[in-house]
Amino acid sequence: MRRNVNVWARIDWFTVILYLILVLMGWINIYAAVYSEEHRSIFDWNMRYGKQLVWIGAAILIALITLSIDTRAFSFFAYAVYAFSLISLLLVLVLGKEVNGARAWFEIGQLRLQPTEFAKVATCLVVAKYLSSYNVRTDKIKTWIIACIFIAIPAMLIALQPDVGSVVVFAAFTLAFYREGFPGIILLFGFLLIFLSLIALIAPPITVLIIILIMAVTALFIVRLRISELILAVTSLTIGYFVVKLIALHLFHRPNNPYFFLLITTGIVGIFPLINSAFKKIPHIPWIIVFTFMAIGFTYSVDYLFDNFLQPHQQQRINILLGKESDPKGAEYNVAQSKIAIGSGGLLGKGFLQGTQTKFNFVPEQSTDFIFCTVGEEWGFIGSTVVLGLFVILLLRILHLSELQRSAFSRIYGYGVASILFMHIAINVGMTLGLLPVIGIPLPFFSYGGSSLWAFTLLLFIFLRLDASRLEVLR
Amino acid sequence: MNNQYANRYYIISGIFVLVVFIYLIRLFYMQIIDNSYKFSAENNSQRYVTLYPARGLIFDRKGRLIVSNQAAYDLMVNPQELRAFDTSTFCSILGITPEYVRQTIRKARNYSRYKSSPFLYQIPDSVYAAFQEQMYKFPGFYVQPRTLRHYERKIAAHFLGYVGEVDSSHIKNDPYYQMGDYIGMSGLERAYEKELRGVKGVKIYLVDVHNRIKGSLANGRFDKPAVQGKNITATIDAELQAYGEKLIKNFRGGIVAIEPATGEILVLISNPSYDPQMLIGRARATNFVSLRDDPSNPLFNRALQSKNPPGSTFKLLNALVGLQTGTITPQSTFSCAQGYTVGPVHVGCHIHPTPLDLIGGIQYSCNAYFCNVFRRIIDNPNEKDRFSAYQHWRDLVMSFGLGKKIQTDLPHELGGNIPSLEYYNRIYRKSWNSVTIISLAIGQGEIGITPLQLANMAATIANHGYYYIPHSVRQINGKDSIDSRFKQKQYTAFDSSLFNIVIEGMYRAVNGPGGGTALNGAVKGLDICGKTGTAQNPHGDDHSIFIAFAPRNNPKIAIAVYIENGGFGATIAVPIASLMIEKYLTDTITRPWYEEYLRTKTIIYPKK
Repeated sequence: MRRNVNVWARIDWFTVILYLILVLMGWINIYAAVYSEEHRSIFDWNMRYGKQLVWIGAAILIALITLSIDTRAFSFFAYAVYAFSLISLLLVLVLGKEVNGARAWFEIGQLRLQPTEFAKVATCLVVAKYLSSYNVRTDKIKTWIIACIFIAIPAMLIALQPDVGSVVVFAAFTLAFYREGFPGIILLFGFLLIFLSLIALIAPPITVLIIILIMAVTALFIVRLRISELILAVTSLTIGYFVVKLIALHLFHRPNNPYFFLLITTGIVGIFPLINSAFKKIPHIPWIIVFTFMAIGFTYSVDYLFDNFLQPHQQQRINILLGKESDPKGAEYNVAQSKIAIGSGGLLGKGFLQGTQTKFNFVPEQSTDFIFCTVGEEWGFIGSTVVLGLFVILLLRILHLSELQRSAFSRIYGYGVASILFMHIAINVGMTLGLLPVIGIPLPFFSYGGSSLWAFTLLLFIFLRLDASRLEVLR
Repeated sequence: MNNQYANRYYIISGIFVLVVFIYLIRLFYMQIIDNSYKFSAENNSQRYVTLYPARGLIFDRKGRLIVSNQAAYDLMVNPQELRAFDTSTFCSILGITPEYVRQTIRKARNYSRYKSSPFLYQIPDSVYAAFQEQMYKFPGFYVQPRTLRHYERKIAAHFLGYVGEVDSSHIKNDPYYQMGDYIGMSGLERAYEKELRGVKGVKIYLVDVHNRIKGSLANGRFDKPAVQGKNITATIDAELQAYGEKLIKNFRGGIVAIEPATGEILVLISNPSYDPQMLIGRARATNFVSLRDDPSNPLFNRALQSKNPPGSTFKLLNALVGLQTGTITPQSTFSCAQGYTVGPVHVGCHIHPTPLDLIGGIQYSCNAYFCNVFRRIIDNPNEKDRFSAYQHWRDLVMSFGLGKKIQTDLPHELGGNIPSLEYYNRIYRKSWNSVTIISLAIGQGEIGITPLQLANMAATIANHGYYYIPHSVRQINGKDSIDSRFKQKQYTAFDSSLFNIVIEGMYRAVNGPGGGTALNGAVKGLDICGKTGTAQNPHGDDHSIFIAFAPRNNPKIAIAVYIENGGFGATIAVPIASLMIEKYLTDTITRPWYEEYLRTKTIIYPKK
């Protein structure tokens, strides 16, 4: 059953207008970022704002073509598009051009294409297709493993370029999964792991251990609600610590190492209630103790992974972000200049083309990854709020439209779109504000560059095309 | 369907809103609460360029320009803008070696790749003109204008002083100065530094990340123009100064001339001297070293700093002290047997009529006469003892501005020496009397007086007992705004009525009748009054000294000439002083043979 719908009447013009506003604002800020007195014509094709105008024109063409494609095609060709995308990711590792240390670009004459950007669209389609299939049950763990493999394959290929920033973006799909029934506890654990990793990197081991114990005791109290158990846990840990210390110092003549003593204490104090509660089938307590042990092991290994797994420049960036390293002329330079540019904007900003940091190129990569600096400096807090506000409205609008879909494919795809956009916005803006490490990913619709603009356009307009036929059920 | 999870829509929406909300709080903090980013942004993008004012001009008392400014150009290099260039052309225009180019560029690179460094200081005008035509061929080089002193005439080096680059102690003492600034190091330039230097200005440029200038801040609203230094009208007479320098050329010594009615220094000469133009610009450093190491010591300002016994000129003061203390009268008469002998002490004298009264004593400069006068002063029965008599003598003498700094405005002045009572008590263990220190009677012994003090002595006598502190500036920026201390009469401790007798003696010493020690200095109609001096010294021949003023009534000029190893006062000092007085008062020279005599006369100075 196919209704011959008029796409142009049913399209969500609100989103289209948001899109156009964001693209236009992006272009204005690119113009400011690369503006110089010598090149005044906005149609100077040698300048980035001139080229971006061309990319925008092409993006609108892509949007129009997308809207005129039959809805079922997206679902039908999802696997094919995904396969094609994986091939392009493989090919780019061989034939690609290396820029800034990453082999991520196809170069065709004047044009540079980044298959990574389109892989996000393809992965979004394939995840939606898979999870909306007849025989897929979202209450089975196998479903989620397969879904995660769909994400992991392109992510791994991208990691080989290497482009860590884009790999992180693929984690965004877990948000879409969550909406479809992916266990929230796993997401919670994910956040917990990130939190533990961070404190493991920042704080000395003894502090990390104490934080974990406090979390464990707190969790114990929250799930059991028994004061006696709380007191017992705290006193046994405290007394145990001093006993262990006395014995170690005087009987075994060990050097005074509080971390080591507390570790031993935790093991001894933990093991008896673990066995006891496991035999007596007391709920929660075994899990809390096991997770505590695992958390300790995890934080212990984070340092090892950090030292042996990450590249030196990535270690450096994380160290700088964590405040462990300061090097204003090196890796921290970008962030320092970015913060200066944004911070000097004030409430109303310095005005269009009046930003000294922007005009005189103090922020590297300003038209691409650090385009938000231009907003912050020239348009101030008001301008930044407007831009972030428009992004939030766009994200919420996409979520809202997704919930209206009759077909699961469209809904899952919509959540995927919102998640990817959110991840980009959060990481990109967080990085310019000095809240997140510098991982170079573009700000959607704002950053200079054809590939990312076209990919985001494609991503969004596929959803708008699906939404225009929201009453159809796709499989 | 998955509607059992529909509530997760709200959780996901909540996450989106929460993250953006956190970012907005961060933005609010960075952009509105924390001001430090704004300062950092200014530091990034604003470059302050100092605008150097031209120093004030210096005119002589008749309004003739003596010190002006010349444009100078420091060649600067900006390493990051450098491109390959034709080194041989470059070097031949600037007169430097390729080795210098390499080294200096390397040094500049080490300092900063983006900031400019000085490449070559103070290129002369002609070289600048040649270089500017070709400058487009040498990207990365540009020219920073400065002003340097320019001396219209090669005169008065010691009076004017010189200008040099500040050092760290200047900067510490006065925060106005920064590295590379110039400051007056000596003479007038130093004394009136605050007036001459002007006020530095600043121009604020906007620069990009490569430190390239992109325009001025707010169209120059915050720029401050440089204010040129104040012009100074000095007291010297450039013509007379030049003339004196010409006359003294063959000799070592000093000449100071003062206008008695005002204390204005008309001439301040120290020879050997140097061309003031030597101590500006690029050549300053090397010239300074060679001048410093020159055995004839041309940097030494004899006019203010050489302390020598005044010889017989000092008899004038002993005459005045004798009269003031009542130990002699104008009619006191002493005889002279070609000298003065008491016990083992003998002070010789030349042949002259005897006995003499006070006027005669001065006219013929009789040593015996003044030995008697001095002994009467020290052995004065009205004093408690010889110590108090000596102290009284010293107080009276010092009221002439001797034995202490005269407090002129020129820097580096020395005070000379009139020996203290304590000094004699110490070296003679109090067992001294008027005979022991008899050499003070004829201006010998431990007395040290500078040429400036000698000239001031002449001016004080010309004024019948007072002087104005000698000073070097008449007007600042056309206004009569010199320090008030230069307008107060400094009275000596002598009654003005006493001076007529002394002046009569000085008049006769030059003009007769009969004999006189300075008859060769007389100029008809000018009524020159003077006193010669011949100072024995351990460095060779006697120093030739003459102090004088003219005309006798309403004197216009008082002068002291001090010629090291010049022999008798009359030999060299008198002709020089006489010619200069004539030149100043009449602007003509009636005795060209004297000029010729001085031009050909030479003295062989002992090597140090």
